[in-house]
Amino acid sequence: MRAQSRLGLFLLLTPLLLWLTLLIVIPHIDMLLVSLRERVGVGEYRTSLANYLTFLTEPLYLWTFLRTALMSVLATALTLLIAFPVSYYIAKIAKGRVQSALFLLCLVPFWVSELVRTFGWMILLRETGVFSGLLQWAGLVDGPVEMLYNDVAMMVGLVYTSMLFMVVPLVTTLESLDDSVIEAGYDLGGSGPSILREIVIPHAMPGIVSGCIVVFMLSLGNYLTPTMLGGKESLWFTELIYSQFIVRFNWELGAAFGFMLLLLSSVIVWAVLRLTGQTLEKTMG
Amino acid sequence: MLPDLECANLTKTFDATAAVRDVSFAVPPGAFFSILGPSGCGKTTIMRMIAGFLEPSGGDILIRGKSVLNVPPNRRPVNMVFQHLALFPMMTIAENIGYGLRRAGMPKPEIERKVGEALERIGLPGIGNRKVDELSGGQKQRVAIARCMVLEPDVLLLDEPLGALDLKLREHMKIELKKLQSAFNTTFVYITHDQSEALVMSDQIAVMNHGRFEQLGTARELYYRPETAFVAGFVGEANRWRGKVERVNGDALELRTETGIVMKGARHGRALNPGDSAEIFVRPEAIRVARDEREVAHFENRICGTVTSLLFNGAASRILVRDDGNGAEIEVAIPQSGDYATLSRGASIHIGWSGDQANCFPAGSA
Ligand SMILES: Nc1ncnc2c1ncn2[C@@H]1O[C@H](COP(=O)(O)OP(=O)(O)O)[C@@H](O)[C@H]1O
Ligand SMILES: [Mg+2]
Repeated sequence: MRAQSRLGLFLLLTPLLLWLTLLIVIPHIDMLLVSLRERVGVGEYRTSLANYLTFLTEPLYLWTFLRTALMSVLATALTLLIAFPVSYYIAKIAKGRVQSALFLLCLVPFWVSELVRTFGWMILLRETGVFSGLLQWAGLVDGPVEMLYNDVAMMVGLVYTSMLFMVVPLVTTLESLDDSVIEAGYDLGGSGPSILREIVIPHAMPGIVSGCIVVFMLSLGNYLTPTMLGGKESLWFTELIYSQFIVRFNWELGAAFGFMLLLLSSVIVWAVLRLTGQTLEKTMG
Repeated sequence: MLPDLECANLTKTFDATAAVRDVSFAVPPGAFFSILGPSGCGKTTIMRMIAGFLEPSGGDILIRGKSVLNVPPNRRPVNMVFQHLALFPMMTIAENIGYGLRRAGMPKPEIERKVGEALERIGLPGIGNRKVDELSGGQKQRVAIARCMVLEPDVLLLDEPLGALDLKLREHMKIELKKLQSAFNTTFVYITHDQSEALVMSDQIAVMNHGRFEQLGTARELYYRPETAFVAGFVGEANRWRGKVERVNGDALELRTETGIVMKGARHGRALNPGDSAEIFVRPEAIRVARDEREVAHFENRICGTVTSLLFNGAASRILVRDDGNGAEIEVAIPQSGDYATLSRGASIHIGWSGDQANCFPAGSA
């Protein structure tokens, strides 16, 4: 009986374990080994930290790395700023069918592929696009305006792509806040902003943190949006990794970049958790 | 004396349904005023209008003589203890109690002193640093009251605050609440569906049904002189019959019930004429039991019956007596002097009550 249930559990866990080892653990170990190799001749390698040294000494790499991190933080902050009132409205103000309809509206963009979604923004923002046309028609500008290929366009794309992943955890935590707790705040003399600061935000903290972590990781690892919407100057770190692996065939340096990105996201997530006094169990549970 | 709280013709309609209809009352300073009524009768709606969370569809609310209709909830001199308390789980007990004072901009040392005093007052000194979920139900209850009382409101509103507690604690908290009220010396407006809470604690009780006040009075008045059939049935226990009025003689009536018993009753000034259908209410404790028929001979209503059930409940023990004549069952309280301790099922017994104790109401009024 016991042996049977053990076997059952083992069989159930097999796909998960396979998935974890084959797709995550093994590639990462391999990547780590690759990143620690240095090519000294044709088909000759030795173990060294040369790839990491290259990364640290080349200003373009470092600069792109920092820029990607900062822009991702900015995208996360913007997403939170927009998603919070939206989530508050969905969770606390809208009732019944309006509530589900609004929630569905947040979901709709995800029914089409990311490529199509990003292409949608290109149609809107390009020189011959909808916005440019509208501005000319309204007489606000003389000629066509190019709104694509800059940081703003990229930021719009990133926030748009991440919205749902911020709204879902926020709505969930805000819904669990009893309306009467907010009313008690007003009853005891609290004003709107003070209740937001002292009651609503502390309650929503686990949702805010988990939403931010997910959005930050998504932005950091995004490739499509920065490539399609961003300009020549707005190089994203994932683009560097891509070019090392695919264009230059320099797998060693690409792997080192990949590891730096992993390290960066881990450090930032850890710092955010420490700073907000949350734990991973609390935010992900 | 100027009442602390006055509601004049207060009305609230939601879409098509009228939750509160034309309710008027005044609560004098320092009083314990209760609104008693079944679930869904509109009690919470009244409370939320007074606290400012709902706008009345009609009527006025005055606190210390001033209309507060245009005052937002965070500026009204009333505070509310919510049905599920609504303590702030993200704060400690001391922060919970100090919240209102912080919002009022009181300096920190003074807040600390006041919070300490309030904790002392509710008998929980030194728990200020605990979290809300580290307290028991009764302790949370007291913290919720203290959180309001530190603000020294003119009126404290309590919405079924004992509903979530177990029976034993509820009994204890009834007394506790009454003590807290005199300790803080504040006007309490208390709503409940539990008649014993209302009867034990209140100076004045309003009985509410379907959005209306049925009767407003002291516990005794409601109990002994109910003005409507609803109040007679809702407050306290009662045996209930339906019947037709046969004769009217001043306040005294003679009625024949649907089961055929001829009964004497009293109408206490209500309009009941021969031929009208009436509802008759007799309290179990207004009925005298006797083993000997002569002991009940002086009552206008007498029945000879058999004990069919013993409902032992300590001091509130009852018996069910089946009328030997027509089989109707009547609930009777048994005196606790010990004379009836040996009463058993099947025993033959005589019961009687005076016509004055049988309250009659026009049928169909509840
Ligand atoms: N926001 C609302 N919208 C519509 N109907 C409501 C609302 N609040 C209460 N009601 C209705 O008003 C009536 C009285 O409710 P309530 O005051 O909560 O009763 P009680 O507190 O006495 O149990 C109920 O029939 C309820 O359905
Ligand atoms: Mg209620």
